[in-house]
Amino acid sequence: MDKTINQKAWFLVLPVFLVVAFSAVLPLMTVVNYSMQDTFGNNQFFWNGVGWFKELLDPSTDLGGRFLASLGRNLFFSAVILAIEVPLGIIVALSMPREGWSVAACLVILALPLLIPWNVVGTIWQIFGRPDIGLLGYVLNHLGFNYNYVSNEVDAWVTVIVMDVWHWTSLVALLCYAGLKSIPDAYYQAAQIDGASRWAVFKAIQLPKMNRVLLIAVLLRFMDSFMIYTEPFVVTGGGPGNSTTFVSIELVKIALGQFDLGKAAALSLVYNLIILIVCWVFYTVMTNAGTERKAVAQGEPAAEPKAAAAPRPAGVLKPKEGVA
Amino acid sequence: MARIDLVDLAQSYNGNDAPLESFALKPVTMTWRQGGAYALLGPSGCGKTTLLNLISGIVTPSRGQILFDGKDITPLSTQKRNIAQVFQFPVIYDTMTVGENLAFPLKNRGIAKAEVDARVKQIAGLLDLTPYLNRKATRLTADAKQKISLGRGLVRSDVAAVLFDEPLTVIDPELKWQLRSKLKALHRELDLTMIYVTHDQTEALTFADTVVVMHDGRVVQSGTPAELFDKPAHTFVGYFIGSPGMNIVPAEVSGHEARIDGHVIGLHRNYGVLPKAAKIEIGVRPEFVDVAPPASGLLSATIERIDDLGRIQFARVRVGNTKLAARVPPGFSVSGDTAGLVFNPAYVHVYADSHLVEGVA
Repeated sequence: MDKTINQKAWFLVLPVFLVVAFSAVLPLMTVVNYSMQDTFGNNQFFWNGVGWFKELLDPSTDLGGRFLASLGRNLFFSAVILAIEVPLGIIVALSMPREGWSVAACLVILALPLLIPWNVVGTIWQIFGRPDIGLLGYVLNHLGFNYNYVSNEVDAWVTVIVMDVWHWTSLVALLCYAGLKSIPDAYYQAAQIDGASRWAVFKAIQLPKMNRVLLIAVLLRFMDSFMIYTEPFVVTGGGPGNSTTFVSIELVKIALGQFDLGKAAALSLVYNLIILIVCWVFYTVMTNAGTERKAVAQGEPAAEPKAAAAPRPAGVLKPKEGVA
Repeated sequence: MARIDLVDLAQSYNGNDAPLESFALKPVTMTWRQGGAYALLGPSGCGKTTLLNLISGIVTPSRGQILFDGKDITPLSTQKRNIAQVFQFPVIYDTMTVGENLAFPLKNRGIAKAEVDARVKQIAGLLDLTPYLNRKATRLTADAKQKISLGRGLVRSDVAAVLFDEPLTVIDPELKWQLRSKLKALHRELDLTMIYVTHDQTEALTFADTVVVMHDGRVVQSGTPAELFDKPAHTFVGYFIGSPGMNIVPAEVSGHEARIDGHVIGLHRNYGVLPKAAKIEIGVRPEFVDVAPPASGLLSATIERIDDLGRIQFARVRVGNTKLAARVPPGFSVSGDTAGLVFNPAYVHVYADSHLVEGVA
C-alpha cells in the first residue's frame, strides 16, 4: 500500500513551530547564551564558558554564597509552610459542613484569599503588620510584644509564613474537601458499625481516600512556595538584611538591580532545573503509585483460581422455577 | 444474639409532623426471632433499606421503639448496638491487609490481641479467606471484598443480628450462588439472626426461611416462601412474587361464587356479602389456571401468545380487557385463538381493596 505523500501538511504545522520558537525556544536559548557570557553594559559580551555555573555552586564566591543561602532559605520556607498548611488544610476540610447552605458559605469564604492578587496580599500584610498603624502590629506591641518585621528577622519570617498560610491553606483545604466528598456514605456507616473511633475513621478511611488530592496539594504548594516572589518582596523586600531573600528575589536583584545578565541567566537556568527535577520526581511518584495499583488489579483474577473454579453447589440452592 | 422486636416503628425523612402517607416507613410492629434467616423483599424505594438502617441505628426512628431481647435500644448509637451490617458495595479499608480488616471491629472494642487473632483465624477459615490474610485488601476481587465486609460483621462473637443490604449486587452471577450458599451455611453454623434486604425474589426465597414483603413503606406480608406463594395477603405480594405474577381480575363475589363478565367461577370458601364500596378482585396464580379447548361451562379467553419456559408453558390470554397468564397443560392444542380457562378453586383468593379476604370454609 502506498502512503499518501502530501508535503503541504508542513504548512499546517508551521504556525505552531513559529509560536513555540518565538515564545519558548528563542527566549530560552537567549538565556543559555547569556549564561555563558559576561557583559559590562553597552551591549558588549565576553565569553565566560561555564564560569558562572562554577561560581554559582561554589559557596566561597559572592554569587555562590548568595545563591546557596537563598536556596537554603527557600527550602526551609517550603518545608515550614508545607508542614503547617497540609495538616491545617486537612483539619479545615474535616471540620467543614458536608451539606446545607453553610457549605456554599464556607466555600466562598475559603476561596476569597485565593482570589486576591499576590501583590495585594503582600500590601495587606505589609500594612496589617506595621507597628505604628497596622492592626496586628499595633495590637501586638500594645500587648507588650516587641514585634517589628522591618528590624527583627524572626518577626519577618513569622510574618511571611503566616501570610502564606493565610493565603494558601484554602487551596489545600478545598482540595481535601473535594477528596472527602468523594467518599461514599457506606464507608462511614461501616466504620460506625465496626465501632471505629473518630481517629480510626480518619486513619482508615479519610486519609487513604485523600491520598491523591494530598499529593497534588503538596506538589502545588511546594512549587508555588519555591517560586515565591511577590508577597515577601512587597512585605519585607527581602530583609531585614538578607534574611527573607528567596531565590527569586535574589535573581531579580542580580538581573535587574546589578544588570549582571550572565550571572542571572546561569542562576535562572539552575533554578529552573531544580523546579523541573522536583516536578519530575513528584510526577513519577504519582504515576507510579497509580500504575502499581492498576497492574495489581489486572493480575488479580489469575491469582484467584480457587474461588472461581470451586464447584458450584449443585442443585441444592437452585430456585424452584415454580416458586421463583 | 437476640430477638428483635419492632414496636410501632416509623420513619419520616420530612419530620414527624408530615402526613403519614409520606413516611418512608409506615408504623410497623413485628418480631424477628433469634436465629432466623429473614429476607426483606420489595421494589426499590419501598422502605426496606430504611427499616434496615433503623435496626442498625444508622437512622434514628421518627417514632416507635426497637427492642433487643426486650431491652429498648432505640436511643443507643450504632456502635453500642452489636449489629453487623454488610452494604451493597463492599466496604474495605484500603490501607489494611485482609487480616487487619477483619480484626478492625475487635481492635476498636479493645479486645485482647490473642483473642482477636483467634477470631480472625476462625472467621477467615469459614469464609475461605485464610490464604489472603496477609495481602492488601485493595487487591482483591469484588466478591472477595464483599466476603471481607461480611467477615467484619461475623468476627464479633456478640452480634445481635447481621444485616445485609443487597450485598450481592456487584457480584458476578456465577459467584452469587457460591456466596449465597456460603451465607446459608454460615447461618446454620453460627446460629445468627440474619436479615437480608433484596429486590430479587429468587435471592429472597432461596436465602430466607421467613420472607417479609414490603410495599410503599408498609410490611404487607411476612411468611414462608410457600405461604407467600400459596396465599398472598396482598395483591402486591401475588404480583411481585412468582414469575409470571398472580392474575388479578376484577370480579363480583358473593357466597361461593365469583363473577367475571357474567361468567361464574366456583370458590372453595364462602365469602358472604362483601362491602359494595370496596374494589373486589380475585387473584389466582397462573400455575392454578389451565387453558382448555373452549367449552360452554368455561370462561372463554383470547390467546395472545404462548411463553415456553422449558419445563412449563404459559399462555398469555385476554378476557375482556384483563390480561391473564395460564398454564398450558401437556398435549394441549386448540384451533383458532379462543380457549376456555379452568380455575382450581382451592387457589382462587378474593381481595377487597387489595387485601386478602378470608372466606369461611
